[in-house]
Amino acid sequence: MITLAPRLDGRPTPQRRHVPGEEGVWIFIFGDMTIFAVLFATFLHYRSRNPQLFNQSQQALNPVFGAVNTLLLLLSSLLVVTAISAMRAKITGIAPLLIAGAIGCGLCFSVLKVIEYRHKIDAGITPQTNEFFMYYFVLTGLHWFHLIIGLGVLTYLLWTSRKPALTAKQFSWVEGGGCFWHMVDLLWIVLFPLLYLIA
Amino acid sequence: MTVLGPLLRTRTSVVWLVLTLATVLSWALGHNHGGHTLTALAIIVIAIVKVRFVGLYFMELRAAPIVLRGIVEAYCAVVGLTLAVLYLLT
Repeated sequence: MITLAPRLDGRPTPQRRHVPGEEGVWIFIFGDMTIFAVLFATFLHYRSRNPQLFNQSQQALNPVFGAVNTLLLLLSSLLVVTAISAMRAKITGIAPLLIAGAIGCGLCFSVLKVIEYRHKIDAGITPQTNEFFMYYFVLTGLHWFHLIIGLGVLTYLLWTSRKPALTAKQFSWVEGGGCFWHMVDLLWIVLFPLLYLIA
Repeated sequence: MTVLGPLLRTRTSVVWLVLTLATVLSWALGHNHGGHTLTALAIIVIAIVKVRFVGLYFMELRAAPIVLRGIVEAYCAVVGLTLAVLYLLT
């Protein structure tokens, strides 16, 4: 059930429980989150078999990249939440700017990812180096792939947010797209400590 | 800023601030923690609490039907417990 009644702060009306986005989107989001959960557990399982190798290899990672990327994704999520609230409250003009800001955060994440990978490859570190780096490249690469899809979704949101009025169906896609972007944020929130911090 | 004011004066903005501070806290805890078990467990717990907050506030699942909210709550509980146990098995 879609509720579109506007409030001044753009939050959904509390009277009725509300599914954000199309229901089908949630099958996709929870499916993706489950696949990543299995990958997180697999990583820790293999770590438990060779903790010394994993801890030594982790020393080659720079946690600044991971932390700054976490903060960039958190900021982008706030921008998307605020943009959707603005659209819900029918406040025109601000949502495209906020979504463009979120896209900017995603692009900064990608630039940092390229620099980080470049540092590793220049130091002779590849997925073939050892088990830890195989997981490092697979997990971060898979997440980055999702982020790039998310940037495409945000571009759709940017285009949609410029329309003067949205149908309930269009708004539902906007909410679903926002939730997909939050999933990209959510997955990185686990990946960052798992790969960079836990020793 | 006049337009943004009411949009940002929400509980979600407070949650965002908490998530940002929690990220900095995890980073500080993880920096040269020397493999202390309790510190590593604290980092896992912080990450799962952050995931829950993203689900409930950013994805707006706190106002979603019980099934949808229940799935994200169960996800946090199962993933958090699994990661903590697997870490302790090391």
